[in-house]
Amino acid sequence: MMNELIGYFFVITGIAFDIFGCIGLVRLPDVYNRLQASTKAVTLGTCGILFGVFVMNGFTAVGVKALLAIFFILLTAPTAAHALSRAAHKTGVKLWKKSVIDTYEQGEGQ
Amino acid sequence: MMYLGLMLGLIFCCFLCLYRIFRGPTAPDRAVAVDILGIIVVGFCAILVIFTGRSFLMDIAIAWTLQSYIAVLALAKYLEGKHFDE
Repeated sequence: MMNELIGYFFVITGIAFDIFGCIGLVRLPDVYNRLQASTKAVTLGTCGILFGVFVMNGFTAVGVKALLAIFFILLTAPTAAHALSRAAHKTGVKLWKKSVIDTYEQGEGQ
Repeated sequence: MMYLGLMLGLIFCCFLCLYRIFRGPTAPDRAVAVDILGIIVVGFCAILVIFTGRSFLMDIAIAWTLQSYIAVLALAKYLEGKHFDE
Protein backbone atom coordinates (compact mmCIF):
# COMPACT_ATOMS: atom_id res chain seq x y z
CA MET A 1 0.00 0.00 0.00
CA MET A 2 2.79 2.40 0.94
CA ASN A 3 4.66 1.46 -2.26
CA GLU A 4 1.60 2.29 -4.34
CA LEU A 5 1.18 5.71 -2.69
CA ILE A 6 4.84 6.64 -3.28
CA GLY A 7 4.61 5.32 -6.84
CA TYR A 8 1.51 7.40 -7.60
CA PHE A 9 3.29 10.45 -6.14
CA PHE A 10 6.18 9.97 -8.62
CA VAL A 11 3.76 9.36 -11.53
CA ILE A 12 1.70 12.49 -10.84
CA THR A 13 4.84 14.62 -10.42
CA GLY A 14 6.15 13.26 -13.71
CA ILE A 15 2.95 14.10 -15.58
CA ALA A 16 3.03 17.63 -14.13
CA PHE A 17 6.59 18.04 -15.46
CA ASP A 18 5.46 16.71 -18.87
CA ILE A 19 2.65 19.27 -19.03
CA PHE A 20 4.98 22.13 -18.03
CA GLY A 21 7.49 21.07 -20.69
CA CYS A 22 4.84 20.98 -23.40
CA ILE A 23 3.51 24.40 -22.35
CA GLY A 24 7.10 25.63 -22.76
CA LEU A 25 7.17 24.02 -26.22
CA VAL A 26 4.13 26.05 -27.22
CA ARG A 27 4.80 29.37 -25.46
CA LEU A 28 8.51 30.13 -25.92
CA PRO A 29 9.63 32.31 -28.84
CA ASP A 30 12.57 30.50 -30.43
CA VAL A 31 13.73 27.03 -31.57
CA TYR A 32 16.57 26.96 -29.05
CA ASN A 33 14.41 28.15 -26.13
CA ARG A 34 11.73 25.60 -26.98
CA LEU A 35 14.34 22.86 -27.23
CA GLN A 36 15.97 23.53 -23.88
CA ALA A 37 12.68 23.95 -22.00
CA SER A 38 10.82 20.98 -23.42
CA THR A 39 13.68 18.47 -23.63
CA LYS A 40 14.81 18.85 -20.03
CA ALA A 41 11.34 18.99 -18.47
CA VAL A 42 9.84 16.15 -20.52
CA THR A 43 12.87 13.90 -19.95
CA LEU A 44 12.62 14.40 -16.18
CA GLY A 45 8.84 13.88 -16.27
CA THR A 46 8.96 10.63 -18.21
CA CYS A 47 11.77 9.35 -15.98
CA GLY A 48 9.50 10.18 -13.02
CA ILE A 49 6.65 8.10 -14.47
CA LEU A 50 8.99 5.15 -15.10
CA PHE A 51 10.47 5.46 -11.60
CA GLY A 52 6.93 5.35 -10.21
CA VAL A 53 6.38 2.07 -12.08
CA PHE A 54 9.64 0.77 -10.56
CA VAL A 55 8.57 1.77 -7.03
CA MET A 56 5.19 0.05 -7.45
CA ASN A 57 6.60 -3.20 -8.83
CA GLY A 58 9.94 -3.54 -7.01
CA PHE A 59 12.73 -5.68 -8.42
CA THR A 60 10.48 -7.76 -10.68
CA ALA A 61 10.85 -8.04 -14.46
CA VAL A 62 8.67 -4.97 -15.08
CA GLY A 63 10.51 -2.86 -12.49
CA VAL A 64 13.97 -3.67 -13.80
CA LYS A 65 12.79 -2.97 -17.36
CA ALA A 66 11.53 0.42 -16.15
CA LEU A 67 14.99 1.18 -14.72
CA LEU A 68 16.52 0.14 -18.06
CA ALA A 69 14.14 2.48 -19.91
CA ILE A 70 15.16 5.34 -17.55
CA PHE A 71 18.81 4.62 -18.38
CA PHE A 72 18.15 4.68 -22.13
CA ILE A 73 16.10 7.88 -21.96
CA LEU A 74 18.77 9.67 -19.93
CA LEU A 75 21.36 8.49 -22.46
CA THR A 76 19.52 9.31 -25.70
CA ALA A 77 17.36 12.41 -25.10
CA PRO A 78 20.20 14.95 -24.54
CA THR A 79 22.14 13.54 -27.51
CA ALA A 80 19.16 13.90 -29.82
CA ALA A 81 18.50 17.44 -28.56
CA HIS A 82 22.14 18.41 -29.12
CA ALA A 83 22.09 17.06 -32.69
CA LEU A 84 18.84 18.91 -33.41
CA SER A 85 20.09 22.25 -32.09
CA ARG A 86 23.33 21.87 -34.07
CA ALA A 87 21.35 21.12 -37.23
CA ALA A 88 19.07 24.12 -36.58
CA HIS A 89 22.07 26.41 -36.16
CA LYS A 90 23.77 25.12 -39.30
CA THR A 91 20.66 25.55 -41.42
CA GLY A 92 20.62 29.21 -40.39
CA VAL A 93 17.64 29.46 -38.04
CA LYS A 94 17.93 32.89 -36.43
CA LEU A 95 18.01 33.41 -32.68
CA TRP A 96 15.24 35.37 -30.99
CA LYS A 97 15.84 39.09 -31.43
CA LYS A 98 16.28 39.67 -27.68
CA SER A 99 18.96 36.97 -27.29
CA VAL A 100 22.22 38.56 -26.13
CA ILE A 101 25.04 36.18 -27.10
CA ASP A 102 25.74 33.35 -29.56
CA THR A 103 28.98 31.66 -28.54
CA TYR A 104 28.64 28.90 -31.16
CA GLU A 105 28.78 31.52 -33.90
CA GLN A 106 31.84 33.17 -32.35
CA GLY A 107 33.71 29.90 -31.85
CA GLU A 108 33.13 28.69 -35.39
CA GLY A 109 35.57 31.13 -36.95
CA GLN A 110 38.57 29.67 -35.15
CA MET B 1 -10.95 7.84 -12.26
CA MET B 2 -7.23 8.03 -11.59
CA TYR B 3 -6.59 6.26 -14.90
CA LEU B 4 -8.73 8.79 -16.79
CA GLY B 5 -7.01 11.78 -15.16
CA LEU B 6 -3.48 10.56 -15.87
CA MET B 7 -4.32 9.65 -19.47
CA LEU B 8 -6.01 13.03 -20.05
CA GLY B 9 -2.88 14.81 -18.78
CA LEU B 10 -0.68 12.98 -21.29
CA ILE B 11 -3.21 13.44 -24.12
CA PHE B 12 -3.15 17.19 -23.38
CA CYS B 13 0.67 17.09 -23.77
CA CYS B 14 0.27 15.29 -27.10
CA PHE B 15 -2.14 17.94 -28.38
CA LEU B 16 0.30 20.72 -27.42
CA CYS B 17 3.04 18.91 -29.38
CA LEU B 18 0.69 18.47 -32.37
CA TYR B 19 -0.08 22.20 -32.23
CA ARG B 20 3.65 22.92 -32.49
CA ILE B 21 4.02 20.45 -35.39
CA PHE B 22 1.10 22.15 -37.14
CA ARG B 23 2.16 25.76 -36.54
CA GLY B 24 5.97 25.55 -36.28
CA PRO B 25 7.51 28.24 -38.45
CA THR B 26 10.66 26.30 -39.38
CA ALA B 27 11.52 22.64 -39.96
CA PRO B 28 13.65 22.27 -36.76
CA ASP B 29 10.60 23.34 -34.70
CA ARG B 30 8.66 20.41 -36.10
CA ALA B 31 11.57 18.05 -35.50
CA VAL B 32 11.77 19.13 -31.84
CA ALA B 33 8.05 18.49 -31.41
CA VAL B 34 8.39 14.99 -32.96
CA ASP B 35 11.23 14.25 -30.50
CA ILE B 36 9.11 15.32 -27.52
CA LEU B 37 6.14 13.29 -28.80
CA GLY B 38 8.37 10.20 -28.93
CA ILE B 39 9.37 10.65 -25.27
CA ILE B 40 5.73 11.14 -24.21
CA VAL B 41 4.68 7.84 -25.86
CA VAL B 42 7.09 6.07 -23.46
CA GLY B 43 5.14 7.66 -20.60
CA PHE B 44 1.89 6.32 -22.13
CA CYS B 45 3.36 2.82 -22.16
CA ALA B 46 4.40 3.12 -18.49
CA ILE B 47 0.90 4.24 -17.40
CA LEU B 48 -0.68 1.38 -19.37
CA VAL B 49 1.64 -1.02 -17.52
CA ILE B 50 0.34 0.30 -14.17
CA PHE B 51 -3.35 -0.02 -15.00
CA THR B 52 -3.49 -3.10 -17.27
CA GLY B 53 -0.62 -5.16 -15.84
CA ARG B 54 0.59 -6.31 -19.28
CA SER B 55 4.35 -6.49 -18.89
CA PHE B 56 5.15 -6.57 -22.62
CA LEU B 57 4.26 -2.86 -22.84
CA MET B 58 7.51 -2.10 -21.00
CA ASP B 59 9.45 -3.83 -23.80
CA ILE B 60 7.60 -1.61 -26.26
CA ALA B 61 8.67 1.44 -24.20
CA ILE B 62 12.37 0.50 -24.37
CA ALA B 63 12.19 -0.21 -28.11
CA TRP B 64 10.30 3.04 -28.71
CA THR B 65 13.01 5.03 -26.90
CA LEU B 66 15.80 3.67 -29.09
CA GLN B 67 13.77 3.92 -32.30
CA SER B 68 12.78 7.52 -31.60
CA TYR B 69 16.44 8.37 -30.90
CA ILE B 70 17.56 6.94 -34.25
CA ALA B 71 14.71 8.70 -36.09
CA VAL B 72 15.59 12.08 -34.57
CA LEU B 73 19.30 11.65 -35.36
CA ALA B 74 18.40 10.87 -38.98
CA LEU B 75 16.14 13.94 -39.10
CA ALA B 76 18.95 16.12 -37.71
CA LYS B 77 21.43 14.80 -40.29
CA TYR B 78 18.86 15.38 -43.03
CA LEU B 79 18.24 18.96 -41.90
CA GLU B 80 21.96 19.58 -41.81
CA GLY B 81 22.24 18.49 -45.44
CA LYS B 82 24.69 15.63 -44.88
CA HIS B 83 24.61 12.00 -45.91
CA PHE B 84 23.68 9.44 -43.29
CA ASP B 85 27.02 7.62 -43.27
CA GLU B 86 29.03 10.75 -42.55
